[in-house]
Amino acid sequence: MILSLGIITAVAGALLGVVYAATKEPIAIMQKEQQVNAIRQVAPPFDNDPEADVWTTQVDGTDFTVYPAFKDGKLQGAAVMGSSMNGFSGEVKVMCGFDLDGTVRNYEVLSQAETPGLGAKMQMWFRDPTGARSVIGKNPGTTPFYVTKDKASNGQIDAITAATISSRAFLEILRRAYDSYVKYAESKGVTVGDAAAQTEASAKGDASSGASQQWDGEKTGEQK
Amino acid sequence: MAKYWKLIYNGIVPGNPVFVLLLGMCATLGTSSSAMNGLMMGVATAAVLICSNAVISAIKNLVPDKVRIPAYIVVIASFVTALQLLINAFMPALNASLGIFIPLIVVNCILLGRAEAFAGKNPVVDSICDGLGCGIGFTFALTLLGSVREILGTGRIFGFEIFPEDYGMLVFVLAPGAFIALGYLIAIVNKIRKTC
Repeated sequence: MILSLGIITAVAGALLGVVYAATKEPIAIMQKEQQVNAIRQVAPPFDNDPEADVWTTQVDGTDFTVYPAFKDGKLQGAAVMGSSMNGFSGEVKVMCGFDLDGTVRNYEVLSQAETPGLGAKMQMWFRDPTGARSVIGKNPGTTPFYVTKDKASNGQIDAITAATISSRAFLEILRRAYDSYVKYAESKGVTVGDAAAQTEASAKGDASSGASQQWDGEKTGEQK
Repeated sequence: MAKYWKLIYNGIVPGNPVFVLLLGMCATLGTSSSAMNGLMMGVATAAVLICSNAVISAIKNLVPDKVRIPAYIVVIASFVTALQLLINAFMPALNASLGIFIPLIVVNCILLGRAEAFAGKNPVVDSICDGLGCGIGFTFALTLLGSVREILGTGRIFGFEIFPEDYGMLVFVLAPGAFIALGYLIAIVNKIRKTC
């Protein structure tokens, strides 16, 4: 009895091991590809490898990953991946793209388990130009990224009908992603919201190299 | 041949897992919020059901009676895990729409129910037919329930708009609507079964 159950579990375990080993690499490749595609979709055009220049920070214990976008050695903006556990059911993970001045370019909901038909609509809802739904083209630095229901915070974004909790979680991710991006830009000597000055300053900087490190040194040097 | 058709038919109409046997209610209610979700869950479950029925039927004489349930569960769980890994690796589009449902298949009692009631007592080919029939029946039931909920809740079916979403009854997308819709569907199916 024990023997036969042991044999069955051993065979099942061995087979699963084989499948796992065979699929491990394709899964890793697939996930990386999806991530790169998401970065490409939301970030401003870049010629560096955002995954190599990745920068991580923590906001209230949640990891936010900044994938900076450089072109000709100049910071163009970034894609920021962040998540929140404050949704209606489980984790909401969003990749959002910012222009240099912090304006939301685009976003991709990477994973969520919100109610289908309600909170699950976030991928489409927050880019719908109807009313004040869209976050695209708005800047979390100047527009309060809170749902309009949150009067105390002067909310300016329409929540998904009957899914305020999901909407709050989504906007929280965007606010924190923006903060992370600002923090990252500061570490690179760029003051977000002061984009015009930065463009002018960096025009004098190293324009040919894609290596951000080198560019950093020159940039910070100049601003002093 | 006629025997096999009868086995398949039996799973779809007289022994429909959802409407007649009332098996797998948890997965049924949880994943039928739209027609597409229901269809996907049904297809995934059917795939695992056919495989697990075949294997369980093949090993039924090797497994002592006392440990048959754990043995069946190991077989089912292995198939589900393998399926999940394979879909993850090679079918990213399917993974995006189906990914969250696949682990739910393990706890779906249709699989254990069919293993215990049919595959454990019958030859392999019969068990495959039974799995196929029950799988189709489950898929049909989930798609029907999903369609009803999607139409009443959002005014769409498979994403196509029938009437504006603002007139939809939100409750049907949520859990209570699942119970209400399922109750009415079972009543209708019972009525039809009794009259014919």
